[in-house]
Parts: sequence; C-alpha cells; structure tokens
Amino acid sequence: MKEKIKAILEKYQIDATRLIDILHEVMDEFGFISAETITLLSNDLRISEAQVKETISFYHFFSDKPRAKYNVFLNNSITSCLRGFEHVKEAFEIESGVKFGNVSEDGLIGLYVTSCIGMNDQGPAAIINDKIFTNLTPYRAKEIIKGIKQGKKVEELIYEANGDGNNAHPLMNTMIINNIRRKSLLLDDNYEKFEVTKNLISKYSPQEIIQIVEESNLRGRGGAGFPTGLKWKFGSKMPGEHRVIICNADEGEPGTFKDRVILTQYNDLVFEGMVIAAYATAADMGVLYLRYEYRYMLEFLNSQLDYMRNNNLLGNSINGIKDFNFDIRIQLGAGAYICGEESALIESMEGKRGEPRDKPPFPVERGYLNYPTIVNNVETLASAVRIIKNGAEWYKTFGTSDSLGTKLLSVSGDCRFPGIYEVEWGVSIKEVLDMAGAENVQAVQVGGPSGTLVNVQDKENHSKTDLMKWYKPSGMMASRKAYDRKISYSDMATGGSIIIFNKSRDILHDVVMNFMDFFIEESCGSCSTCRNLPYIMKQKLLKIINGHGVREDIDDLLNWGKIIKVSRCGLGQTAANPILSSILNFRHLYEEHVKAMTDYDNQFELADSVSAANSFVGRKFIHHNS
Amino acid sequence: MSKKIIATTSLAGCFGCHMSILDIDERILDLVELVEFNKSPIDDIKVFTKQCDIGIIEGGCCNSENIEVLKYFRENCDILISLGECAIMGGLPAMRNGIPIEECLHEAYLDGPTVKLNTQKILPNDSELPMLLNEVYPCHEIVKIDYFLPGCAPRADLIWDALVALITGNEMDLPYEVVKFD
Amino acid sequence: MSDTCKFKIDGKEIIAKKGQTILEAAKENGVFIPTLCNFTGVKPKGSCRICSVKINDRFMTSCTTPVAAGMEVESNTEEISDLRKSIIELLFVSGNHFCPSCEKSGNCELQALGYRYQMMVPRFPYSFDKKNVVATGPKLLKDQDRCIKCQRCMKTIKDDEGKRYYAFKNRGRDLEVVMDEEMSKTITDELAKEAMENCPVGSIIYKGVGFSEPIGTRKYDKQPIGSLIETN
Repeated sequence: MKEKIKAILEKYQIDATRLIDILHEVMDEFGFISAETITLLSNDLRISEAQVKETISFYHFFSDKPRAKYNVFLNNSITSCLRGFEHVKEAFEIESGVKFGNVSEDGLIGLYVTSCIGMNDQGPAAIINDKIFTNLTPYRAKEIIKGIKQGKKVEELIYEANGDGNNAHPLMNTMIINNIRRKSLLLDDNYEKFEVTKNLISKYSPQEIIQIVEESNLRGRGGAGFPTGLKWKFGSKMPGEHRVIICNADEGEPGTFKDRVILTQYNDLVFEGMVIAAYATAADMGVLYLRYEYRYMLEFLNSQLDYMRNNNLLGNSINGIKDFNFDIRIQLGAGAYICGEESALIESMEGKRGEPRDKPPFPVERGYLNYPTIVNNVETLASAVRIIKNGAEWYKTFGTSDSLGTKLLSVSGDCRFPGIYEVEWGVSIKEVLDMAGAENVQAVQVGGPSGTLVNVQDKENHSKTDLMKWYKPSGMMASRKAYDRKISYSDMATGGSIIIFNKSRDILHDVVMNFMDFFIEESCGSCSTCRNLPYIMKQKLLKIINGHGVREDIDDLLNWGKIIKVSRCGLGQTAANPILSSILNFRHLYEEHVKAMTDYDNQFELADSVSAANSFVGRKFIHHNS
Repeated sequence: MSKKIIATTSLAGCFGCHMSILDIDERILDLVELVEFNKSPIDDIKVFTKQCDIGIIEGGCCNSENIEVLKYFRENCDILISLGECAIMGGLPAMRNGIPIEECLHEAYLDGPTVKLNTQKILPNDSELPMLLNEVYPCHEIVKIDYFLPGCAPRADLIWDALVALITGNEMDLPYEVVKFD
Repeated sequence: MSDTCKFKIDGKEIIAKKGQTILEAAKENGVFIPTLCNFTGVKPKGSCRICSVKINDRFMTSCTTPVAAGMEVESNTEEISDLRKSIIELLFVSGNHFCPSCEKSGNCELQALGYRYQMMVPRFPYSFDKKNVVATGPKLLKDQDRCIKCQRCMKTIKDDEGKRYYAFKNRGRDLEVVMDEEMSKTITDELAKEAMENCPVGSIIYKGVGFSEPIGTRKYDKQPIGSLIETN
C-alpha cells in the first residue's frame, strides 16, 4: 500500500496543490481514503492530517470511509423530482435493503443522493461507478440492483442503447442523448475542425484577436456576463511568469446541461477557443476543469487533446507560430457546485476546499498559483472560435443590440421537447415555451435556483411593496407581461437554465423547497450568512407551508433575504432567491397559506413535545388544561 | 396615576432572576408606590385575581407545567417580559437540547453517578408530575413575548430601569454595564 | 506621487496609506468597524461578513477591500448596523452560546458585539443543534457549541513547518473547525495559550485554569468593544 501511495504522490511531484488529483487516484485504487493513507499523505505533502481531511470532507465524491463496490449517486434536482425521483429512490432502497446515505453490510451497494448531474432532459438519472444511467424508473432501478446482486459488471447493467453522436464513441459508450433541438451559429456542423488555429490566427496579432472579440461584444456565457474581450485584455496585460487559461466546465446550476452537449459534440471548438485565448493573452498553461459528474467524458476528451498534440495544435510552437507554447490538461472536480465560481474553482485546482476568494484581487490579476488567470465558460470559448472565423460584424447580425450572438438554453421540466436550444439573444419566454412544446404552464425558472421564478400568468410581473425595492433580479422591468420578458442582458440574463412547471405543480412545496435544499447542501460554509440563513429561511417556509405561518413570517423572509446579500460569492448572495423570487412573483401562494386572524403561531404542539419522554417513562399524555 | 399590576413567575429557572428583582434594594419602596403585585412568588398569590399589566417570566419551558403557566400568564397579562437568559434562550437547562430525552432520563435516573439510591430504577412517571418536553424552549417560541431583559441574572439596575420606563412610558436609556448575558 | 489618499466613511474624512484596507484605515482614524474573523498580522478572509460596508450601493467587506482615493463608504448607517446585528444574532442562534457557563464570558468578542449592538433577543429561532466537545488533547479542548468558524486559529496556530493545527471539516451547515489529533498531543504550552487567546469566543479553551478573572474586571465588563479605537 505504501508503495502505491508513494507512486501516486510521485506522479504528481509530491505537490500539495495537486491534492485533488492525488485523492482521485487514491479513491480509484482503494475505494476510499483510509486513516493510514491520510497519515502518509500528510507526512509527504507536509500538511497536517487535519488539512488533508479538510479537502476530503469538502467534496461529495471523496470519502474517508469505505464506499461500496457499486455506488449509486441518484440525482435529486427538481427535474428529477418532477419525473418520479421519490419512487425511483424507494425502489433502490427496497430492492437493495439499504437506505440512502449508507453502504450495505456486505459492502456491495452504496446509495447516495447527489445534486444536479446535468441530465435534466433525461432524468431521473444516476451515476453508478462513473457510468450514467438516465430515464430511471422504479422498474429499472430494481433491475439494476438485481443485476448488481447477480455479480454483473457496471457495463452489463446498461438498459438502453448508446445515445446519439459522440455518446456512442467507443471511449464514451453512454446511453446519454444529446437532445439538440435547435441549432444556430454555434451548433453548426458545417465547418472544418481547428481551421482557425491552422489557417487564421497567424494572420492576426494577439491584440487584433482581442479587438475582434471586444468588437463582437461577446460576454461570459456562464451567467455573469462579463465582457470576454475585456477579460482577455486585462489578463494579457498582467505581468506573470506564467499565464493561465481555464475553461470552466463545472456547470452545476440545476437545470443546465449545455456544456455537456458542447463537450460531447463540439469539444474541438472549446479546446480551440482555449488555444485562441492563449494566443491572444500569451498564456502557456491551459486547464479544463471538468465536473466530476462528467467523468465519463474524460478519456474521450483526453483523446481529443492527444489528437491536438499530435497535430501541433497544442504543445510547442503551435502550428509553427514561434514562441506560441500552450498545452491543456483536464482537472477533474470532485463534486461541489461552488467550484463553478471561478475563484473557488481555482482554489480547488490548488488542492484546497473550493472556497471562493475575496475580490479584489480578481483571477486575471492573481489566479491559479497566483499567476494571471483567465477563466471562461465552455460556451464562451466555443463562441470565440466562431467569431474569429467569421468576424465581429457577422456576429453582430445575431441577437439584439445589447446582447449579441446566440445563447444555448438548457430546457427541461414540464414540456414535450426538453433539450438544448440555441437561440438568438432577445427571444421571449413565450417563444421558448412554444419551441419546447410546453402547455398549461404555471411558472418558468430562468437561470436555475439562483435565478428568477417567472409567473407566466402574471399580468404585472411583480408587486410593488416597499420591501421589494432593494430586491432587483437581473434587469427587472416594471409592469411588463412576464410572458414577453426576453432572454437578454438587459432583461433576463442567464446561464441558460430554463425549467418549466405546469399548473399541477406545487410551487412552494415541490419547487422552492427543493431549491433551498440545494443551496443548503452546496454552501461552502465560509460566510456566516450563507452557512446559516438558507436553512433558517427554509424552516420558516416550512412553517408557512405547514399552515402555521403568519403574515409577519413573509416579511421576515423578505428581510432575512436581504442579509444574505452580503455573502462573498454569487452562490451566497443568491441563496435566498428561490424564496425571494417566489414571494415576488407568487405572493398569493404565501398569502393563501398564512393565517389571517392571528399574529402569532409558534407551531408548538404539547402532545408531540412530551411524547418521547412519556413513552420512555411509561405514561400517557394527559391534557392538564382541559 | 393608578398603580400598574405586576405578576411574576419562575419556570425552568433557578429563581436567581427573582433574587435580582429584590436586588433593587431600597428602591423596592419606590416600586411599591408604582406597582401592585398579583400572582407572584413574592407575595405568594397562586392564581390571577385580576388582569395584569405586566407579567415577568423567569426561566424557559422544560415541562408541560411550564407551558401551562406561561400560557396562563399570556392570557392574564397585557405585556410579557422574558427576564434572564433561561427565559430568553433556554439558558443552562437548554444545554440538554440536542441530547435525546431518553439519554437525559437515563443519565438522571438510571446510570448517573448520583443515582445509587434509586435501586429499583424508578422513573418519574406519576400522573401528578409535569411531563418533560423533548427540549427546553425559550418563552417566545411558545407565546408572544413583548420585551426581553437579558442577563444571568439580569442586573437589578436593568430590571429597575426597564420597569420604570415601562410604567412611566419614558424612553429607556440603558447604561452599557447593565446589559449582560452572564 | 503621494503615498496617502483621502476618502470618506459616513462623511468623515479619512486619511489612509495607499494599499491599506478600509478597515485598517478606519482603525487608524478612530472609526470603529466591528470584526470577528479579522486578525492583525494575517491575511484577511472576509468570512464573518460583519465588517461589511457599502460602497457605491454595493456591500464589500472592509477587511479585504483596499482604500481608493475619493471613495465614499457607508458604515454606521441604520441599515448596516441592523445588518451587523443580524449577523451577530445568526452566530448566536446557530451555535449554542450559553454565556453564563462560558469561561470566555466577559472577554468574548461575539458577546461584546452583542452588547454593543444591544442584542436583547435574536430575531432568528435557536437551532440547538447537537455539537461535540473534543477534550482528548493534553492542553486544549475544542467546544463546537461556541465555534463561529472565523478561521483565526486556522490561520495563526501553525508549527515550524507551517502545518496547521486547526482545519475545516465538512461544508455548509456541517462545517466545523477541528484540531489535528496528532499535533494536539505535542503542542507547546505557549502555542496552546496563544490558540485560546486568538479565539474570539470560548471555543478553544486552555485546560488547567479557568474563570480566573472576576466579573467586573473582564475586558468588556465596563467598556464596549471598540472603545479603544474610538478614543484614540
């Protein structure tokens, strides 16, 4: 064992900043990270054992306790719940005799729930030993467990043929389907791969590349919308021994799966985008941070990188351009939504907990290992390739004046055609619903749990209480029909997650509670506000849902939601949005629940509260007061 | 000005807060001019004989009797004050919160180092005894409480200043030294 | 080029050295901004959020934000004071802070801020989560009931090699600061005392002595926290 650990450590130059990779290798080798291993790692990496455990205990896919031979990670995101998550969960438990969160006594089966795994268009889905199982039903869940008990290999548990496109590639072999429903300039198959690197970039100076991207007004497609050209420009001017391009492929916002599809079908564009960014900013290090949930793509993506290296599209003097040396490695995440935040992602790449950094300094100033670092979204980088190929003027013919180009929407929930829609910016909510074949719609969640819950039946899209003044979801337009609101930077900017709920859904109980659970689960815990408030607010919401709410409880929720805005990062600042946004747009649902005639309800029930002690001492509940 | 009527009680507390009320020393003579006591351990009136203006609650709620008394106070007093840490946050009795009640009873009556005399392992189950709650509750999580005076025990000056302000309707200007949590 | 710059906090002119944080400049100019996770001499992390101020209508932590000439900082407004008070209350309800039985009472920064902001009762319900106390080490005990996850021990208590005695465990609501078991066995007396000293609350307690200061003579018995800064 010692030799194996030694070998793993040496593979990563006994470098503590590579702890995530080291821990992955240990997990692969031993199934868990034992106390003995932790001691060995601590001694050689020169960090305390507590520090090693600090990193281990942060990530969902690391464990210091033995995991099972077959580990089922069932996704509990909202779209999964809409399509029978509870029944599938129950089926897994009944058939295996194991409760979720546990490993069977014989060590054969472990069941765990996990946050969004990027399969919203084909959920409920689970990851079993890194393989993805989509469209689960109770029957399929039982068959899987039966198969496991019969000693079948994971590959033998597959119940559907390989999916379309590269999902069927021998290195992928997965049942996932792409569900591309609408293509435009980005998802266009009519192009020559790596054409820009081979034929075009040498014609431009790095400054000219940046200028074209700036002119195109390309903005970050992860959701925040920072101008990409400006980011490249800042990065290119920062002094540093190395400069780093990171592609953020940690899409974790529930309801988003566009990067999955881009990486499956158009990863050449993503890698080429990184090469172009590197050329423009004179970067020499490239990293694609791949969320653990997409590990099934790892080999496939690495084969693409190998192809690029073999064809001088990576490495030294790329395509013969003197001094243009750049290579890309793939950093695997380990299960933490917060690592999609760029500075948390960088912390994670340095072997630490994925805790966002204070800004300033921004990553472009001091990022990975303190080098100037440009972090771009998968879609942004792919778009940049199209822009360089066809020019900023061409790009400007798509979209609206304030939001140029196209956006990939990940549409899921109650609709006939969930999947990826590449639309021009400026498309309205109504158009999206029509495209997706959604009927009887009650609400649309735009931008995932941290975004906005749009009430499509609403004539005026928000109430105008004073308490609402401080709460400004992206570009809230006054008195516009929600139906006509547009996906654009001036109205509703989004990373592209669109989740549709029909009229049969219980918005508060099914949707808002699920989103709050997500934020509670995924908070890094660093800020006092985000660590504590989402849970407290969820308890308050539960009180309201259970019929014990009073009017003041709604005001409390609004006021408390304000406190959380001082959190360090976007996750924290938006962690109350499911509640705030639903009060804003579905206030009547809250009003229906709260008691009108009382200003105080403590939800205290004497009989419940004394039952445990009574049964222990053996006495019956007597109501003294009666 | 007619005298304000005050009631006091100690729930799951140690009576320290009541001691602190007495700690206002000679000002108690002034207090008598301002108020009349109704149900209170101070005058040993057991039941409310009339509606009170102010009810002062010491201690949190650890059993069914506490709940009953607290609700009785809420019904019979216009204003309720949580006096001291136990009333405000459960206080030391609440240190058992988070520990299953079965474990607490086990420790107290069966396994603890001081239970040698309980040879028959008798548990407190007489129907006359109050029933234990699963955890100790701050008073404001049971009924609406209007004011809170922290301290363990609250300083006599805090109690005096607060009562006078409440009775006279004047603004309360508390010196730094009087608001303490210990 | 001058190495100082001027900016304003609540309208008061502050003269700061370039590169200073807002917090440092405020302190030198007699303006108190409450802090918990900040600790002089170590890199600030901005995790308690209590030093938040408003600049251009945006909340920033003053411990991490460098000064800039001409900036207008809001700090002691009604809105921000209530925000700070709510953070204090959050920390109280999310731990189990039984002040009357705590050895740090009277010297505790969280409690002192509760006094300064006149917290009579938290607006949030108490969590009463079960938390543990680890007292296996020879010199120190770690009481999770009182820990506010400020990271001060994590940042300041290290061995000669830079290994940390304290580290985080888990995430979100389950986040804890734990002591390294092996290292706790051999911690020096000096460092152990420093660990207790650096803890703003009573989560790290040095074994052996206790309650040595009588009530009335403790740090925050007579003077509000921040008084020293304001009288400077």
